[in-house]
Amino acid sequence: MSTASTIACHECDLLYELPALPEGSVAKCSGCGAVLQRHKRDSLDRTLSWTIAGLILFVVANSFPFLALKSGGLVRETTLITGVVELYNEDMRSLAVLVFLTSILFPVVQLAGMLYLLLPLKVNRLPWWKPALVFRFIRSLQPWGMMEVFMVGILVSMVKLAKMAKVVPGIAIFSFAILIFVLAAAASSLDPHLVWNRLELDS
Amino acid sequence: MKEGFATALEKSLVSCHSCHLVCQASAVHGKGEMICPRCGSVLHQRKPHSLSRTWALVIAAFIFYIPANVLPITTVTSLGKAQSDTIMSGVIYFIHTGMWPIALVIFIASVFVPLVKLFILIYLLVSVQRKWQWRPKDRTRLYRITEAIGRWSMTDIYVVTILVALVRLGGLATIEAGPGAIFFAAVVVSTMFAAMSFDPRLIWDSMETNYE
Ligand SMILES: [Zn+2]
Ligand SMILES: [Zn+2]
Repeated sequence: MSTASTIACHECDLLYELPALPEGSVAKCSGCGAVLQRHKRDSLDRTLSWTIAGLILFVVANSFPFLALKSGGLVRETTLITGVVELYNEDMRSLAVLVFLTSILFPVVQLAGMLYLLLPLKVNRLPWWKPALVFRFIRSLQPWGMMEVFMVGILVSMVKLAKMAKVVPGIAIFSFAILIFVLAAAASSLDPHLVWNRLELDS
Repeated sequence: MKEGFATALEKSLVSCHSCHLVCQASAVHGKGEMICPRCGSVLHQRKPHSLSRTWALVIAAFIFYIPANVLPITTVTSLGKAQSDTIMSGVIYFIHTGMWPIALVIFIASVFVPLVKLFILIYLLVSVQRKWQWRPKDRTRLYRITEAIGRWSMTDIYVVTILVALVRLGGLATIEAGPGAIFFAAVVVSTMFAAMSFDPRLIWDSMETNYE
């Protein structure tokens, strides 16, 4: 994979012949300044590790309550999914679906999809079912996974509720917080260009 | 790296929207659709109907923006008394109780970001339609900003979700999501789709000279 490749800037359409980039370097468009390609060190390995860490944290974050409310003698706990279920029961179906997709389904589909692609590539095999379609699909979900925004939502809610009752953070909130960083690391270690090349070469 | 002096369009090449593979554009002008050989997406020289789609979504977002701000996003029922809150009354409440940082977060995420995003998109649409020559690089940068900030408007939707779950469970008071929340979610989603359907390459297409 050391040959130059033709690439067009996705923001201004200028054409480039990109040689194989040295590790850790970034190619930027001279016309508009968009990042054309980033060559990441050990991109596949690192993205794979972050993805696995992300999946584990995701399971923890969804299995335990992330906030508890104490008022009087009552303690109430909530997991990620309770809010969605409550909204759904309240006939706020569209809202429930939107929250479910952006804070639960899309992030986990993205993580699972990356695992599905990277694990076989790691041992120089091609994923068995439509790898290009899967990669295209999870790339298109990218803007719709909003876990970091959800984290800010949790913080704002904690402050809001602090007036009404005692708010106790649960285990899930910590795995949630770490998950945000792990997802960011997974996204920044991924070199989509490399994955496309590997998928193409092997097919 | 060899400097780029021609666009893919000028060289009859087309770059794939999803995987960025550069292909020969010969078949694009024919009847059939051209499919990217690498990822299977339909290839387009520019995002299809970019301007009209973006306009439609921007206008829809503006329409949703009104009920989103007028209608209550939450209704708190406590000891038989019901109190409805809009986005702005929530912000004002936090200012009165001295919680400036929270007031600022909600104001920026829910009021400021959607409006800024919509006005930038309108400016970009007009600038492309009028073929303005002014600072294409800065306009591309503006586009990048609108793409990046939109998601943060979801903050308030998540806050409502969490409040509904926790306070309903709490028993003493209940919080219900109001219709304003649905319209607000519609604003966020339509502005995100609007930013996605705008093609920043159109900014450069109308430049008379190629990128000095
Ligand atoms: Zn460019
Ligand atoms: Zn493609």
